[in-house]
Formats: sequence, structure tokens, C-alpha cells
Amino acid sequence: MGNTETAVEFRNVTKAYGDVRAVRNFSFSIERGKLVTLLGPSGCGKTTTLRLIAGLEMVTEGNIFIGGKEVTRLSASDRDVSMVFQSYALFPHMTVMQNVSYGLTMSRLTKAQVSEKALEGLELVGLTGFGGRLPSQLSGGQQQRVAVARALVLEPEVLLFDEPLSNLDAKLRRRVREEIRELQQKLELTTVYVTHDQEEALAVSDRIIVMNEAVIAQEGTPRQLYEEPDSLFVADFIGDANLAKAELVQLDGKEAEVNIGGFTMRLPHRGLASGAVNVAIRPQAILLQSSGEQTGIPGTIQKAIYLGNHIEYTIDSPVGELFMIDNQVDQLQPSGSKVTISFLRRGVSLVRAD
Amino acid sequence: MTPPALSPEASQGFSGNFRKSSYSLKLWLGIAWVGFLTLPWYAAYDGFWSFIWITDGYPAFDEYSPGILQITMHQRWWLWPVALSLLVPLPALFLPRTDPRHIAALLLGGGFGFAYMFAQGFILGLHGWGWVFLGDLFGSTTQTQMGLGYGALLVCAGFLFLFTQGLAARGAIKGDIFVSGSIGLSIAMVTAFVFFPVGKILINALKNDEGEYVFSLFLKNISSNNIWSLACLNSEFSCGVAWNSLWMGVLVGLATTVLGLAFALLVTRTGMQAKGFVRTISLLPIITPPFVIGLALILLFGRAGAVNAFLEWAFDITPTRWIYGLTGILIAQILAFTPIAFLVLIGVVEGVSPSMEEAAQTLHASPWQTFWTVSLPLMRPGLANAFLLGFIESLADFGNPLVLGGQYEVLSTQIFFAIAGAQGDLGMAAVLAIVLLMFTLSAFYAQRRWLGKKSYATVTGKGDAGMHVMLPKRVAWGAYLTAMPFIALSLVVYGMILFGGFVETWGYKHNFTFKHYIDEFSIHWSEQYGIIWDGAAWNSFWTTLQISAISAPLTAGLGLLTAYILVRQKFWGKDVFEFLTMLSFAVPGTVIGVGYILAFNVPPIEITGTGVILVVCFIFRNMPTGIRAGIAAMSQLDPSLDEASLTLGARSFTTLRRVLLPLLRPAIIAALVFSFVRAMTAISAVIFLVSADYDMATSYILGRVEFGDYGLAIAYSSVLILVMLGAIALIQLAVGKRELGRRDSEPLAI
Repeated sequence: MGNTETAVEFRNVTKAYGDVRAVRNFSFSIERGKLVTLLGPSGCGKTTTLRLIAGLEMVTEGNIFIGGKEVTRLSASDRDVSMVFQSYALFPHMTVMQNVSYGLTMSRLTKAQVSEKALEGLELVGLTGFGGRLPSQLSGGQQQRVAVARALVLEPEVLLFDEPLSNLDAKLRRRVREEIRELQQKLELTTVYVTHDQEEALAVSDRIIVMNEAVIAQEGTPRQLYEEPDSLFVADFIGDANLAKAELVQLDGKEAEVNIGGFTMRLPHRGLASGAVNVAIRPQAILLQSSGEQTGIPGTIQKAIYLGNHIEYTIDSPVGELFMIDNQVDQLQPSGSKVTISFLRRGVSLVRAD
Repeated sequence: MTPPALSPEASQGFSGNFRKSSYSLKLWLGIAWVGFLTLPWYAAYDGFWSFIWITDGYPAFDEYSPGILQITMHQRWWLWPVALSLLVPLPALFLPRTDPRHIAALLLGGGFGFAYMFAQGFILGLHGWGWVFLGDLFGSTTQTQMGLGYGALLVCAGFLFLFTQGLAARGAIKGDIFVSGSIGLSIAMVTAFVFFPVGKILINALKNDEGEYVFSLFLKNISSNNIWSLACLNSEFSCGVAWNSLWMGVLVGLATTVLGLAFALLVTRTGMQAKGFVRTISLLPIITPPFVIGLALILLFGRAGAVNAFLEWAFDITPTRWIYGLTGILIAQILAFTPIAFLVLIGVVEGVSPSMEEAAQTLHASPWQTFWTVSLPLMRPGLANAFLLGFIESLADFGNPLVLGGQYEVLSTQIFFAIAGAQGDLGMAAVLAIVLLMFTLSAFYAQRRWLGKKSYATVTGKGDAGMHVMLPKRVAWGAYLTAMPFIALSLVVYGMILFGGFVETWGYKHNFTFKHYIDEFSIHWSEQYGIIWDGAAWNSFWTTLQISAISAPLTAGLGLLTAYILVRQKFWGKDVFEFLTMLSFAVPGTVIGVGYILAFNVPPIEITGTGVILVVCFIFRNMPTGIRAGIAAMSQLDPSLDEASLTLGARSFTTLRRVLLPLLRPAIIAALVFSFVRAMTAISAVIFLVSADYDMATSYILGRVEFGDYGLAIAYSSVLILVMLGAIALIQLAVGKRELGRRDSEPLAI
């Protein structure tokens, strides 16, 4: 295939609808064979970005490259991408086999090749033998797999998924996302995946691009995003986080001594200087001790919710209200009780103020 | 890194796409060149479908020469720029689509060529300069030219589509060649066949008999007493035709809306028996030429009509002429146009979301309050639409006022007499047409203002499984009381139409006879010539069938294409485009008829007296209905269906053909049936456009009525009605049902 390892590249892409800019000066590139997720709250421009790649929307400014070739002004049918839609968009008047063959018949393949590849595609998604049915005769999960098969039999340069799991129930969702990931890795397909569900994004992605209000908030591996969020927004969006004021007391090599409401701990300084800083504290990184212990800051339990395998507490503390998750379900602290809290190093990170 | 399980074809797709996209460029460039080099440049005298030129002096003879020979042999030097514009796009063949020079070549060649074609066509006509001032400016000329022929039309089409391809290559319409071409085509067609003729009326209204522009004459004409007099309010004299028309239109609009609503409510919201029967009865008037109802009314209530004859015989009541005048027109038009209101309203009444009514009831509204405060306001767009349709149809209707009007004169008939009458006053006709147009456009504007920007969308993508509330009792009774007399009258009228053709002379000789059918439709077998169609009606009958059969698929096609553009595409100026296509529906047929004679009896588009003008007229008269049927149906299809098809590599044309059209079958049937039926039954525009060679059934029948041959006219009409019923069945059979594997397709809605 092409001589480049970059499958998709955006250079300073802006998309405006009248005065509203849905995507603002976007630049990123996607490596061949990787699954990259566009993650963000609704209205952040992630679906617009996906549609720009597909050619279903045209850029207002900037350039788009697919497989090293510029496609900025090419229509959707001229681009070597295919897409799995949120609603699946299976053609209701065609059988499963006709749906899967549809894209293939547009290329210059013989009838035999078309049906061979279509059958191959159905086999890949585990739907051998369902070719003669109409989409309406399949379950939601099966329809979803037909949509995937239909898109991937074309062996596109890039495969696009637009919130593909949103129409499935919670249990099925987990299974299907694993299937998609397995298939993507097996076929080494470059894939762009859009979702607003951060857990889904963490589960399937090689890299994640977090978007907020039409710009890229942060880009990185799932681990980077979770452990080293660049901003309060990312920290809060990827997994829950408590945001608190803190003071960077002094730098020490790569680390820094940080004072969070009286509790001192060492954290990677991430390029920040001494003075007031923000920290993101994961709910799992807060430890509860009985009142009276030395290392920690005082707090009062405001609310306690028992959830079977864990307890959720809301605690009033000198650094503000904290939300925490405690796995010690046998020691329920009733609301109103005084506690001492401390923080685990893993699960607390310094972030720049937004 | 090719994915292991799959083969390397994927890489070919990309460069292959470049080859695919230049296909359309080669095609249209080729067509333009073929048109220029080989086909007759000008329209030969013998009509569009005549191929006599092939044996009659082509290619050297002046009238039949192709463009290139017109320049070299016949000194038509002003066609040189056309040839140059054809050369400009050639380099684009060898440049990639993204190259700015490729784009520039297409835009320049196509754009300039297209503009120049029309400029030269208007500047130089059949008798020299197309405009008087050009003669003053450049002196007289001996050069002349005829209307655009095959060659010129192909070149025009080529230029247009090269230009739109240039726009697409610049990234307009998401780079889609087919869609940008379609938009270009619709704009060009609507401009040429709606706005140009209407504009021509405006210009003509300003001219005097010598062709000079005299504004004072226009003022005098348009403010004439004949049009605006209010004498009827305080004296014996009649009012001006404008007031007469307006009064009639408003009454008919109101009455048809109320009746249509009553029917729609009865059919959808009550447990009424025989709904199918009511639907069928209500459809009948749609397949009847409107004035035939007027005719049946004369046979019933006229001076020598059945009812009067009976009253005179039984009670010795002297017959009067009460049916002639506004009363008669109103009855006939209400009978004729209520079904249209019914069809508009039934969709709207069914469309009101049941959950909104249920919500109202859970908020403690009584059925009557629910109906009055929720259901009825949600039907507002439908009511406004139904009124507008009734109003426009009534104003444009020409047959009923002619047959039944008596002393009551209206605009449409006055326009006809201004043109066909002794004085042949085109200027006066144009002025009257402007008044008529003003009324319909104001109604159109008022309707849009009234509906405003409120959203009345009640059908959403979400499942809506509620139950419609049954009608409150008083509404139901009101509906029954309004609808039943209408049905009764309809039945009597159709009985009349059916049997009237078998009676020798109404009022005088009531014996049963096949005479009328034999006169109109007899066939003889002769040894020498085979079948001889010697009935008097065959000529107009075959012409009507032929013209309707040609125009129906074109109308439906163009209508659905426009609907596709409006629903599925976003582009600059779409709002204006939408408004203009809908506007053409507010132009009454009578006005279109006048506009067509004025616009198309001279080059560059010279089609008066041919079958083409009838086909074109039907296409643009009936297209708005096709558009609305298409819009309604297409809005219900998830846009991601076409997007899926596009991302799978199908072009938008293929997407339209393989994904949308199969899902749009009910809308296609509706559009085909409607345009076919309208072409068969139309009269208001047709009456101006028929010629000896191309006479239509309706104008023939109206001719018989004017001679008082009611029997013949009724007999012919009932044959037409039967033919249309057959055609509707045939269309449904041919288009077929859509298979979705769930419920059946919806019942036919025209």
C-alpha cells in the first residue's frame, strides 16, 4: 500500500456552520493500523470530525489527507473509507447478503469475487448462514455486526465507527466492543471511533483524542490520559476526579512536594512551578482512617451510599467536597462521623489550571 | 501493510475513483462536441420528433446544418465564441480533478458558453434583433436565426454540466458531481419554464400594440373599471372581474377546506363504516376534468335538466336559470376540489402525534378541549395548505366559469377571451394575468406568514405508539352533516356522468342510445387500409394519452429529484431555491398558459404549436406536487442510509437508484398517478397551448360543450375516467411494492 505510515492526517482543519465553528483549527495524525477514539461530551465536534474524514461534510478551511493523498475536496464516494453508523443504516429493502455486497458491487469485481468476499465478511463477524435474511429479521446485535461486515469487506484505508454501541443494551455493549477490538487488531485496520463513553474509549483504543468545545483537549494513550491529564476537563471527563486547590512547595528533580490542605505528598511535577496549583484526585485514591490518626486531613462524612461491592462517600474537607469510593464495605461510616483522609500517590496528579 | 485476511484490491479503489470521476466529464464534453459537429443547430419547422431533416438536405442546407457548418458555410460568425468555449474545457481532461487549472477550465468554458448561448439567442431572433433598442444602437441587420435545435440544446446541456462539474471540483455540494448537476439542471429548467414565461407576461403588460413600452397604458389597463369596479355593492351592475374572482376563490377555498377536514376526520377518527367507499368516492373528482362536473350540473339543474324537468312535470314549477352564475360555479368547484383538500388533510390529521392528544387528556382536558386546543392547532399547516390549494385551483379554473358562469365573469375566462376573442389583446390578457398572479402570490405569502416559524413537526423518529383520541360527539356530528350531502350530490353527479352519455339529447329526447360513443370512438376495418380510427375523438384521445404518458414519468422524475435536493443536500442559496420551486405552484394554470404563448412562440426556445410545449407545461405545472410527495416520503428515511451508501463507494446517482428509490415506491406511485391524471384532466393552461396537430381531450370536450353537444362531451369524459382508472392500476402494478419484511406499504396517497 502507500509508502507512509500515516493513514489519516488533519492539517489546521476548521469546519464552520455559519458563525458556529464545530471544529476549530484541528491538526492530528493517525498511525496506520491503530484504533484512535474521538472522545468528548455531546456537541464537542467529534462526530463532525468523523464526517469530515468520511467526506460527508466538507472542511471550511484546512486540508485532510488519507493514505498520504490529499482528499480535502473529494466526495465521500471517492474516498477510501467506510463507516459504521450509529443507527447501522442497513438498507431495509435488501437482504443481509445484498447489504454486505453493496459496496463491493461498486468496485470492479466479478460477481464471484463479490460473493466470495461478502461471505468472508459475514464469516468474520460470525453471521454465516444469515445472508438471506432481511435486516428487520435480525436482533440489534446481529444488525450491528452486519453493519461492521458491510464496512470492512471493502478493506478501506480507514474504518469509521460513529457511536456504534449506543443502541445496544449494557451487557451486549461490553461484548461487542471486545469483538470490534479483536477484529480490528486481527485485520490491522486503521480505525477511527467516536464515543462519548469514556469507559468504552479506554477499553478499545490505542490512542484517544479528547475533544472539548470544538478543539482538541488532549491526545494520548488511555493510560496517559488517565494518569497524566493535562487539564481539569480531561481529568474530570476520563474517569471521575475531584479537583482541589493545592500548593507546590518545592521542586525536587522530576518530582515536587505538594501540600493538599495540609497533607504533604510527592508527585511528578509535570513542568509546573512552585505556588498555587490544581490537583486531580481519583475517587479510588482517597483513604479513610478513623478520626485521630496523625497523617491526614480532617473530614466529615456527609453522605454514604451502599452499592454492594463498594461504598460511595461524599466528604466535607478543608480542600472542598470530595467524592470517594471505598471497597471496605464491612466498615460503613455513617453520615456525620468525623474521619481523617489521606491520598494515594497513584491516583493524584497535578494539572494546569484551565 | 495489507490486512492479512483480505486481498489487495483496496489500493486500486482510490486511483480507480479518479478514472470514474472523469467519466462524467468525458461524457458531457463529448455530448457537447457531438451536438456542435453533427446535429442540426436550429429547430426545424416540422416539430421536435420529426426526422425529416435526415433525408432533406442535411448537412449542407441552411436550416439543418450543424453548428460548425453554420459558422463556416452560412456566415453565422457569432457562433464562433461557442466553438471557443468548447475548446476551453479540453485541457481539463488531462489534469487531475484537484488541479486549479482543471477547475478554472470547466468553470470558464461551461459558464461563459452557457451564458453566451442564451445571450446570442435573445439578441438575434427570427426577424433580426431580438430587442428594438439593439436596432437603434447597431443599425438594422439582415442576420436571422431560428430557435435552438438538437445541436444547440446538447451544447447548452454540455456547458451547464461542465460548469456544475467545475463547481463540484471546487468542493461545492461536498464535491458531488451528480447532485451539483441536478441542482444546475433544476435551476435552469425552473428559470426557463416558470420564471421566463411569467417575466414575459410582466414585460408584455407594459407594451402597447406596436410593441412600445407605455407605462401609462399599463396603469390605465390595470386600474380599469372592468377589473376593479365595486358597482355590485350598491347597484344592479356587476362588480369587476377581480372582485368576482377573489370572492369565488375565498368561498371555494373555505368550503373545500371545511369539507376536506370533515372527510379526513370521519375517515381517520371515527368508527365510520365504509371508509374505503368514502375514499373512492372522494378520489373520483380528481380523475375527472373539472368542468365535466359543471356539465353534469347543467344536465341536472339546468333549464332543461333532469331535476327541473321533474319539478315542472310534477308540480308545475317553471324552470329557472339559477344554476348559471356564482352558485353554479361554487357547487361545481367545491365538488371538484374538495378531494384535493381531503388528500392534503388526511395526511395531516393522521400525522398529529397521538401522544400529544394523550398528554392533553392526562392533563384533564375533555375530548372537546383536546380537539380544540391541541389537535386542531397542530393541523394548522394542513388547513392553510388546503385553503391555498382550493383558492388557487378555483382562481385558475377555467372550464366551470365558462360552462356555468353566465353573467358572472372571472379573471380566468376574461384572460381567455382577451386572447382568443375578437380583439386578440395580448396586453390586456397580460394585465389580467398579473392581477390573478397577485392574488395567488398574496395568498401564498399570507400562508407562509401565518404559519410563521413555529414548528409543527409531530412525526419524529421515535416510536409513537399512542392511540388517536376519538372525535368529540359534536365534531363528529358536524362532520357527518357536512360530508353526507356532499357524498349524495357526488353520487348523483357521477351517476349523471355515467348515464348521460347514453341519452340522446337531455331535456328533449331521453331514449337510450350508443350514438355518442359511436360518433366519438368508432373503428372500421377496411381491406385496403387495415384499421381505420374514424371516431371524431381518436385524434385528441391518442394525443392526450401520448402527452400524458410522456410527461408523467418526467414530472415524477424531476419532482423527486428536486425533493432529493431539498431534503438531502445543503448548499448556498437553498432557501431561495426552495421558495422558488414552491412559488411555481402558486402560479395559476391560466397565467402559465398565457406566459407560455408569449415566451415560446419566438426563438431561442420556439415550441408553440408542438407537443413539446404541452409536455413541458405539464411537467412544470405538476412538479410541485411531485416535490411535496417526495419531500414527505424522503423526510421519513434516515439520512444515514444514503450516507452509508456513499461511504461504501456508491455515487449519489447509484445511491438514489438503489437505496432511495426502492424505499420511495409509494411516493413514486403517487407522483406518477398524480402527474398522469393531471395531464389528462388539465384545461386551464392547456386551452392556450393546444394546436390543430396537438389537440387535447379536455379542450376537445370543452369545444363540444360550447356547441351544446352535451351527450358527446359526457360520453367522452366517462371514457377518459375509465382510462385513468386503468392507468392508475397499471402504474401501481409496474412500480410494485417495497419489501421491508415488516408491514405492508402505506395505502396510496396522491
